[in-house]
Amino acid sequence: MLSNIFILLRQELILSLLIFLLLFIKIGKERSNETVLNIINILLFVNLPAGLFGMSEGGAFNGMFTTNAFIVLEKNILNLAILLISMQSYAWLKHHKQVAEFYLLIFTSLLGMFFMISSDNLLMFYLGLEMSTIPLAAAANFDLAKRKSSEAAMKLILSSAFSSGILLMGISFLYGTSGTLSFDVLTAHIGNDPMQLFAFILLVSGFAFKISAVPFHLWTADVYEGSPVAVTAFLSVVSKAAVLFTFTSILYKVYTPIASVWYGVLVVLSVATILIGNLFAIRQDNFKRFLAFSSIAQVGFILIGISGSSQAGSASLVYFVLIYVFSNLAAFGVVTVVSALTGKENISDFKGFYKTNPFLSWVLAIALFSLAGVPPTAGFFGKLFLMMAGAAKENYGLITFAALNMVISFFYYLKVVKAIFMEENEQPIQKLSVPGVTKLAMYICVAGIIITGLASLVYDYIYSLSIGL
Amino acid sequence: MNLSLLILLPLLTALLILLSKNLAQIRFIGLAGSLAQLGAAGWLLKLFMDQRAAGNTATYLFETNTVWFKALNINYHIGIDGIALAMILLSALVVVAGILVSWTMEKLSKEYFFLLVLLSMGAYGFFISLDLFTLFFFLEVAVIPKFLLIGIWGSGKKENSAMKLALMLMAGSALVFVGLMGIYYNTHSFDMVQIGQMGISLGIQKFFFPFLFLGFGIFAALFPFHTWVPDGHASAPTAASMFLAGISMKLGGYGCLRMAALMPDAAHSYSWIIILLATIAIIYGAFATMMQTDLKYINAYSSISHCGFVILGIGMLNKTSINGAVIQMVSHGLMTALFFAAIGMIYSRTHTRMVAQLGGLLKVMPFISSVFVIAGLCSLGLPGFSGFVAEMTVFMGAWQNPDGFYRIATIISAASIVVTAVYILRATGKTIMGPISDEHALLGDATWNEKFAAGLLIVGILIIGLAPFLINQLIMPATDFLMINIDKAITLK
Repeated sequence: MLSNIFILLRQELILSLLIFLLLFIKIGKERSNETVLNIINILLFVNLPAGLFGMSEGGAFNGMFTTNAFIVLEKNILNLAILLISMQSYAWLKHHKQVAEFYLLIFTSLLGMFFMISSDNLLMFYLGLEMSTIPLAAAANFDLAKRKSSEAAMKLILSSAFSSGILLMGISFLYGTSGTLSFDVLTAHIGNDPMQLFAFILLVSGFAFKISAVPFHLWTADVYEGSPVAVTAFLSVVSKAAVLFTFTSILYKVYTPIASVWYGVLVVLSVATILIGNLFAIRQDNFKRFLAFSSIAQVGFILIGISGSSQAGSASLVYFVLIYVFSNLAAFGVVTVVSALTGKENISDFKGFYKTNPFLSWVLAIALFSLAGVPPTAGFFGKLFLMMAGAAKENYGLITFAALNMVISFFYYLKVVKAIFMEENEQPIQKLSVPGVTKLAMYICVAGIIITGLASLVYDYIYSLSIGL
Repeated sequence: MNLSLLILLPLLTALLILLSKNLAQIRFIGLAGSLAQLGAAGWLLKLFMDQRAAGNTATYLFETNTVWFKALNINYHIGIDGIALAMILLSALVVVAGILVSWTMEKLSKEYFFLLVLLSMGAYGFFISLDLFTLFFFLEVAVIPKFLLIGIWGSGKKENSAMKLALMLMAGSALVFVGLMGIYYNTHSFDMVQIGQMGISLGIQKFFFPFLFLGFGIFAALFPFHTWVPDGHASAPTAASMFLAGISMKLGGYGCLRMAALMPDAAHSYSWIIILLATIAIIYGAFATMMQTDLKYINAYSSISHCGFVILGIGMLNKTSINGAVIQMVSHGLMTALFFAAIGMIYSRTHTRMVAQLGGLLKVMPFISSVFVIAGLCSLGLPGFSGFVAEMTVFMGAWQNPDGFYRIATIISAASIVVTAVYILRATGKTIMGPISDEHALLGDATWNEKFAAGLLIVGILIIGLAPFLINQLIMPATDFLMINIDKAITLK
């Protein structure tokens, strides 16, 4: 029995071990940043296969914790994202004073997310959520000398606290009306009772805050802009993905009796999110703000996929997140390198970038094409499958709206490509020497962007694991 | 022959170009790759005709069907009929000519040839697809290369033109996508052959046909969504203009044709709108051309007018007119590519494309001028060239429609030929005849690569023009098959 728990919780346990190891490194003898970074990157790399073997179905802690192959896969995608972020922040962290602390915060947050994804009880879910949010606020403050960074941290912690409050209120109403917090039991108690619908709205608002769906997105741009790029990447990819995974599993598992209600809610949210995200993204010049708003729009597309409420719906969500990890992190990777080596973060600084840095330009361009959803990149398949899943409800107005919004998003992604390839700049970014590790991460991302889409077995694998409504 | 070869060849060429070290290698690989494509297309033609001669009456030959995304019932289903094969031959010819014309391109030449080859891959993939999803995939593959080609190597307000083109084409694809979703969720299949056999219910057809037809129509410069054409073509570098007008616009026409065959009832009931838009495009394009002073704009606007004939032929929905539409696609592809090549050659020597600043070029560049004249005469539909055969067939088909509205549309469209003659003869006369300005007096004639490129395209034009039965023989069985469904729909009315 005990050994069972070890296997079921292997991903969480490895992460905890990593955290302790970091503490030992910290109290041990002085090591150079490079050594620490290399050790961590290797360990993270070794960590990846852990999810692939062993028994994966089961529960622990009296039904608080549950896991299956699908959940293990979701966690592994997050592991992959952490590895890529870590490799890409090499240039930034090399000169940072508190490397070990940075990883401590990130890993703790990830651990919280793992528990949140695996939760089978609203208490466990809330515990995981808080555990993942609070370290992130500290991490957002990690550009220690920048005022904007601490402003971002403050905004993040305040808005998260607010949204957690709303979420908690929803949970307590739910408990009040049903008398249980366990997912398995809850389903039978869900109905069209006004109090429960109110609880549901509160719950959705809490989630919408975390995934920055419009109209709960207002914190996003400022926090993204102020945080160090690595943390921004973490916030926009890992943290959103984890909450989306949990949101979907709660909708599909617990809220099945009122599926028609949340379908309506999702449609409204996704329409607002796509439109506002797109319109604001057009106007941004700061690269991080730009990616922030474009990621808001992407969440809108994800919500359409989830609204399909079929096996294809949850499969396309995970598939898209995997692709999003590759494409968004490739884009963030380039921005991280440029920002760490030159301090420039504006799109207008990237004018004429191709003349001096052809490699980075192509990586960025391919990433942006994938985000825009242009074939043959994987983003095309990801976005299309999301919309196909959503179209299963035969709500063609929504699909037309989303398809036309892809054109708007195409415009602003192409604007960046245009700046890189076609425009002139008096003071172009000079030729940058990219660290080998970071280059490797970019190669992985580009390979992922191309292979994940064209090789259908990735989607088929995810589909075979996923569950519908 | 495995049709995937048509995708693999360009892909391989593109990869080799990426690996090559200097300009000479890039040129060599590009040319060798495109010649290999032409060879493969020619070989395919031979095999195709052999099979047909041997009595193989299957609609699609060389069919292969591989599962791609199993869970979503998406298959990599490829195969060709005569129409697709005609398009493939056209693309192969234009690709070779395009590569040859870009021989002197030195700015970022590796990227340039890479993108050109990628563009051709999209076209081949599109024409061999029998699955709507792969069709859509390849339709969009070609958008980004176009954007980059125009934006980086173009001239004039190239960034704006590139953006306009990319956004309008993406909007077209978005409409196509919605239509595809509609079909998919009502037939649970993307397979064109399967869907054709099953049929789609009338209500669904009527609702989704406009999405698909307009979507593809944007690619084919359907009025009023033609506005990307003039700017895009005018700003693009020569080879990209040739590809755009010669191949890319044909993606739209081909798509419209397939959709009309897939949803014949809707096509029939909307045919008056299609005819109306096509007639407007023909007339509007012709008159707009008259006002142009830039050679590239002249050809771009005349392309709108000529592509209108394709749509007109499809909209008339009878065998002759659809045959004419297909021949017009091929003919216009060759002719307009030739025209753009000639304009490019003139521009690279005189550094101007304004008609007013040119004159007497026949004296210094007889070859280029002759090419220019041939392209012009083909464009105005002189017998002996492909343009005559194509337009004549469309008109003959169109006249078979006894309804008054269709008759009037046909008459108006036919009248546009006069306008065409005016602008073509005027442009040709001003650039080629008359006195030559001093600064142009010492310019040289075409080089070997330009002669080769023009020669190839002219041969294509003449084959269709002098022996139209050859292309008819190729496409007739395919149109016969398309007509089975369409006739059924029309007689039901």
